Amino acid sequence: MRSTAAHPARLHYRKHGKVRFLGHRDVARNLERAFRIARLPLAFSEGFHPHPKISFGLALTTGFESDAEYLDVEFTEAFDLHALPAVLRAALPDGLDVVAAVWLDDGAPALQEAVSSVVWEVEVVGADDQPADPCALARAVADALAAPTIECTKVRKGRSHTDDIRPCIRRIVIVSPDSGRGPVLELELTSSGVKPAEVVSAIGPFAVARGRRTHQYIERDGVRHSPLHVDVRAPIAEAIAS
Amino acid sequence: MSNLWPRIEPLLAKVEKPARYIGMERGAQSPGHGPGTLAWLLLYPDTYEIGLPNQGLQILYEILNERDDTVAERSYAPWRDLEALMRASGTPLFSVDTHRSAADFDILAFNLSAELIATNLLNLVDLAGVPVRNEDRKPDHPLVIAGGHCAFNPEPLADYVDAFVIGDGEEVVGEVSEVVGAWKRGGRARREAVLRDLATIPGVYVPALYDVEYDGAGIAAVTPRFADVPALVDKRTIADLDAWPYPKQQLVPLIEVVHDRLNVEVFRGCTRGCRFCQAGMITRPVRERSADTVRTMVSEGLRRSGYDEVALTSLSTADFSGIERVVADLVSDQDGTGGVSVSLPSLRVDAFTVGIASEIQKVRRTGLTFAPEAGSWRLRQVINKLVLEADLYAAVDAAFSQGWRRVKLYFLTGLPTEMDADTLGIAELAQQCAAIGRQHTKQASVTVSVGGFVPKAHTPFQWFGQNGVDELVRKVGLLRSELRANRAVQLKWHDPAASFVEGLLSRGDRRVGRVVERVWRSGGTFQEWSEHFSLDRWLDACAAEGLDPEWFTTRHRDEREVLPWDHITAGLHKDFLWQDWQSALAEHGLPDCRWTPCYDCGVCTDYALEHVVASPVAPAGGSQGTGQDLSRGGEMPIRFLATKPISATAGVSA
Repeated sequence: MRSTAAHPARLHYRKHGKVRFLGHRDVARNLERAFRIARLPLAFSEGFHPHPKISFGLALTTGFESDAEYLDVEFTEAFDLHALPAVLRAALPDGLDVVAAVWLDDGAPALQEAVSSVVWEVEVVGADDQPADPCALARAVADALAAPTIECTKVRKGRSHTDDIRPCIRRIVIVSPDSGRGPVLELELTSSGVKPAEVVSAIGPFAVARGRRTHQYIERDGVRHSPLHVDVRAPIAEAIAS
Repeated sequence: MSNLWPRIEPLLAKVEKPARYIGMERGAQSPGHGPGTLAWLLLYPDTYEIGLPNQGLQILYEILNERDDTVAERSYAPWRDLEALMRASGTPLFSVDTHRSAADFDILAFNLSAELIATNLLNLVDLAGVPVRNEDRKPDHPLVIAGGHCAFNPEPLADYVDAFVIGDGEEVVGEVSEVVGAWKRGGRARREAVLRDLATIPGVYVPALYDVEYDGAGIAAVTPRFADVPALVDKRTIADLDAWPYPKQQLVPLIEVVHDRLNVEVFRGCTRGCRFCQAGMITRPVRERSADTVRTMVSEGLRRSGYDEVALTSLSTADFSGIERVVADLVSDQDGTGGVSVSLPSLRVDAFTVGIASEIQKVRRTGLTFAPEAGSWRLRQVINKLVLEADLYAAVDAAFSQGWRRVKLYFLTGLPTEMDADTLGIAELAQQCAAIGRQHTKQASVTVSVGGFVPKAHTPFQWFGQNGVDELVRKVGLLRSELRANRAVQLKWHDPAASFVEGLLSRGDRRVGRVVERVWRSGGTFQEWSEHFSLDRWLDACAAEGLDPEWFTTRHRDEREVLPWDHITAGLHKDFLWQDWQSALAEHGLPDCRWTPCYDCGVCTDYALEHVVASPVAPAGGSQGTGQDLSRGGEMPIRFLATKPISATAGVSA
């Protein structure tokens, strides 16, 4: 239950360059520390171990870049969110950039549940670590999209499970035949159930060399929205920086 | 060739914890290199997580980057997965700051904080593409320098390191920079030329300029080969810690590391005189920071770093004259942003200390650590750790009564004159502490951590033959069987085999270097890590070199023996150390010289220094350091006997 003084906000940030090697928990620690350095009026939980009320969205695979990371945070007072990206830039490592922030409605659903689909761009290599053959990849993609089911075997807690991942795949497109490291696939996948690397290896003898999350969407009544456009108190002034 | 990142980046996708190789910490620098600039690469030869917090390395990093004529970057030991990929792809060791090749630096400067990292030093020199033996290096290779506590016996690495720096590094790095900078500007002619010049700097030891003569198994003499090379190398000591308020911008790592908090050194040196403690002996005299400087460093550091924890570090922080003021300020500064927690990593064993701890740890009262070090009052007099049982019980009682639920006790075993009754005293103290705890809470637990004692150079115990592996295993076994039934006491112990090898390196001579090299060549890196440590590797290497490791470790030395480090001095007179060794054997304690008359160990008089303390009076609480209550030792407080008789007493009364 939120106290009346709570001011929930949603931040959009990017993860580019060397910081792509930071794990999800480390990103969280660095953002929390940046809030402290910037002396933002964070709301804290009660109890013996007070911690700031921050909820991070979907975890990003270590080594992937992202244009579209989000977190929800509660402040104890309202202030001008337009200044936030510049204030946090000085407190965050290069490549971890907050680009925009909005005040949220009280009671907005948590990011983890609200986000319905995610778009990825991945560079695809063959089993030999060399750029994948674009024609073979195109055939594999067409076959996969035409198939009623796609089996994917994963190991969870030491036991292997085979799942049908076809329902998790919304879209797969080859957006570039060659990035230098391999052809680039764009995949739109449901927010849970499957990872892009699993899809790529399930459709053929392929692997992901590098990946980037480009969008996260919240779907309402069949329409996809940016997480900064739903459950917000005021319309957003979208990021200045790029 | 200057930026290796494009070659490193694809490797990082395939290794554990890749973020330990990207640098980018808050406080990290990207210095510009140039022909007129001397470039230092500061290396900690263990993983990033262990090495990053090292304060010595961070202090030098800032001092060197503040100078106009020098730059400094950092490197750590790549974990085995990355090392394999680097070797397979021909990628050399790199700095984490700008990912520059290690061989492009003028100086590779290693911090030696532990004996077992010696093989990693060789491995990093090799990964840099530099010959591991100093005799094989050419003028265009970087100079290999080492400092830190293990440099006080530099001999096992004498054939691998070009120059050792003994003692505090703050001033001497500047002098070394000037000598090496002049050599660089002069076109880096002969390597001997710069080494000869380095040897004239006080505190710098250039091992290749000394001849070692052996007399059978022992050493006959260590003699400088030239008249301008000192026969005795003195350590460096900075007189005023306030003049060196470093690190000013402590590095804030992006990933979790050990000691992941703001660290502020409140004083250097220690006069407690614990005879086993090398740090206490070699860092004399005591030099306190003023309370004002400490407060500034704490508040600036917290503001800059975003840390919510600060440690006030020293060898015994409760002895800091300004402790009460600093703590009071920290407590009143809490500004409602979740609070700052304070830790005192080396607590003195008394109730006063617990009072301080309780004042600053209002919330997170998880565990407190005390180090009585030995299980009986007799043995604590031998080692000069003058903790009365009453002090320990009062401290533990205070801790449990004020809400702590876990107490950790550090002990050494294998100490001089130790008998089984002393070893078993550890179990007795632990059980008593647990019994005290249970009077306050059912969840009370006591963790006992036991390490095998390794004698160190420049201490009164440098003549003592350490316990062998079997003997330490037996003693640990005694404690295990004694404590097995007590569920409130957990026993942990350091691997006796590792203690044995630490002893080989801590008191080894130049010949032990070939053993280190063999262990490294056979793949023995990361020997500090139990999963990679192998005693057999070391025993095999000793056998191959025709050396008896027991001769270096378990053998008692006599007064006349030339010790491998006799040509290095920490200012302590050898006859003082011998006298203190004799006092130890006679079970005589020695009081803390901050509060009692000088017994002339040699340090203050020879260096014309004094202890720098704000208060000449002993702090409140306990008996420690004053030696006033020595006669009271060993008494068991009656009320503990009444509630929970110890087994021995119960046996007698039955």
